[in-house]
Amino acid sequence: MTTALLELRQISVSFDGFMALRDLNLSLKPGELRAVIGPNGAGKTTFLDVITGKLRPTEGDVVFKGRSLLGMPEHRIARFGIGRKFQSPRVFENLSVRENLALAVSLPKRPLSLLTSDLTATQRDRIDHLMEIVALQQRANQMAGSLSHGQKQWLEIVMLVGQAPDLLLVDEPVAGLTDEETDLTADLLKSLAGDHTVLVIEHDMEFIRRLETQVTVLHQGHVLCEGSMDQIQRDPGVIEVYLGATEEAA
Amino acid sequence: MFQAFQQRRWPLLLLWVLIVAAIVAAPSVLPVFRLNLLGRFLSLAIVALGIDLIWGFTGLLSLGQGIFFALGGYAAAMYLQLNSSAGLPNGIPEFFSLYGVDSLPFFWEPFRSPVFALIAIWLVPALLAALLGNLVFRNRIKGVYFSILTQAALLVFFNFFNGQQKLINGTNGLKTDVTVLFGQMELGSAEMQRGFFWLTAIVVILVWMVLRWVVRGRFGDVLIAIRDDEPRLRFAGYNPTLFKTIVFAIAGGLAGIGGALYTVQSGIVSPQYMTVPFSIEMVIWVAVGGRGTLVGAILGAVSIMYAKSLVSEALPQSWQFIQGGLFILVVTALPEGVIGWCQGDGPRNLLTRLGVSRRIGTYPRLEMDAKEEVNS
Repeated sequence: MTTALLELRQISVSFDGFMALRDLNLSLKPGELRAVIGPNGAGKTTFLDVITGKLRPTEGDVVFKGRSLLGMPEHRIARFGIGRKFQSPRVFENLSVRENLALAVSLPKRPLSLLTSDLTATQRDRIDHLMEIVALQQRANQMAGSLSHGQKQWLEIVMLVGQAPDLLLVDEPVAGLTDEETDLTADLLKSLAGDHTVLVIEHDMEFIRRLETQVTVLHQGHVLCEGSMDQIQRDPGVIEVYLGATEEAA
Repeated sequence: MFQAFQQRRWPLLLLWVLIVAAIVAAPSVLPVFRLNLLGRFLSLAIVALGIDLIWGFTGLLSLGQGIFFALGGYAAAMYLQLNSSAGLPNGIPEFFSLYGVDSLPFFWEPFRSPVFALIAIWLVPALLAALLGNLVFRNRIKGVYFSILTQAALLVFFNFFNGQQKLINGTNGLKTDVTVLFGQMELGSAEMQRGFFWLTAIVVILVWMVLRWVVRGRFGDVLIAIRDDEPRLRFAGYNPTLFKTIVFAIAGGLAGIGGALYTVQSGIVSPQYMTVPFSIEMVIWVAVGGRGTLVGAILGAVSIMYAKSLVSEALPQSWQFIQGGLFILVVTALPEGVIGWCQGDGPRNLLTRLGVSRRIGTYPRLEMDAKEEVNS
């Protein structure tokens, strides 16, 4: 077995006795694209909070590239190679598209080097390339706050890519997008897998189907089952807790 | 220069030409009394620049800048007091004898050295700001809680300085205007005051240039990102605590420099510099001038203080009302401040409303979108 890039070992998170996650095990191989689904309150966002250091698990361990992430502050985890896209698009609204991307690609991210050095030519090319991927070149000098919802989602995704992380955590990337934008986003994420390991959390079943990949179902803070979309949809346990309620949507 | 015109920044350039011209002309036009006032207001503008950096750009509203302002003032005054007390009994400042103190408190000793005093003026406030700031920021205390904490710290310092007669002359403060510097001249003399005016004006312009360099590049972008969405910035790999501590220390150091220059021009430093209303006034200068515009901070501080001194001469009791009204007006009608309003769509909207300029037919965005479609 190849070594896993990310491994969650028996993670439990309790909020005053309420178990948001219990005994969660999950492992991701390098280059994998993984979708995570689950009904509301299944602990999807909590589980991202644990990986990115926003939340400390009550029990268990998170191992990334062979190192435990527990106790590492968020910005160190980010520098160590984990990028996170939030549920609602979060870009820096009072900075231009180009400046947003410049913050993502800048290295090192220390005050002094930001003051004294400029972006290198390679970094500038990367910014142009990233804008090209999501067709934002025309808007390079526009404030990110004036972009449409879908453009903000894409800008945030390419900002993640610009950070050059090994693992991308993408939380509901297609919430509020049109069908066309959803398709483009699916293609974008599929093209990122391989070079990066990508973990996508979504509600939208059609979108997950388009990713054509392994799916993990979360239920009440626990992994209910794993498999391809077709296997999942035949699983009686999944039908009962999840698809049973939304059969027509699936 | 040509580029500035192209980018329609010429009004700002014009403003700067006017400011520099006013500063150069002031010493020959104004009587010494008015020149001295202008010099004091310019030292307050240095404090306002610091507040603009932490509030306008980074979103940290500090109501305790008076602490750093007064510390800078005390550092300058302690050196000057020692300088003029060599001939006195025990060789220590006169006020000590009032309280039966006959040896210099230990922390006064290093202030015999002018070099140490010059460094302490900005370093002591900057270090204190870094320490206080780091404690607050690392615990992720933000927004209004940060403001309350800074105000509480201000009260602590005010009460401490007020009560320490035996250490720093308590509520009476330290006088500086009779000190003799450079051989013959008294600090309060017209020549010295003219010199301090020049010094202050040069420092204001230098500070403005340094801060502009700081906020222009990616460092400044990080500050704006902290103001907009600090948690998001953490996940991009930046450590906001570090950046916030640095800018808070810079603002503290600037307040110290401003405080020292203010002290030598007003002739006294006292715990009155650490009152709550004064620190709030500092914030008002920046709000009125325009948060996030460095020129706005300078103009706000100087013009409000000038208005204050003119109004107080004519109608002694009314300034507080006018200032309060001004603040309410800015918060409700000009949230961007005067300079911010001028830089945005303000003037055009006003002209449109007055019927001078024509209303724009369509959404500017629509035109831009159409162009994109042609290109793609």
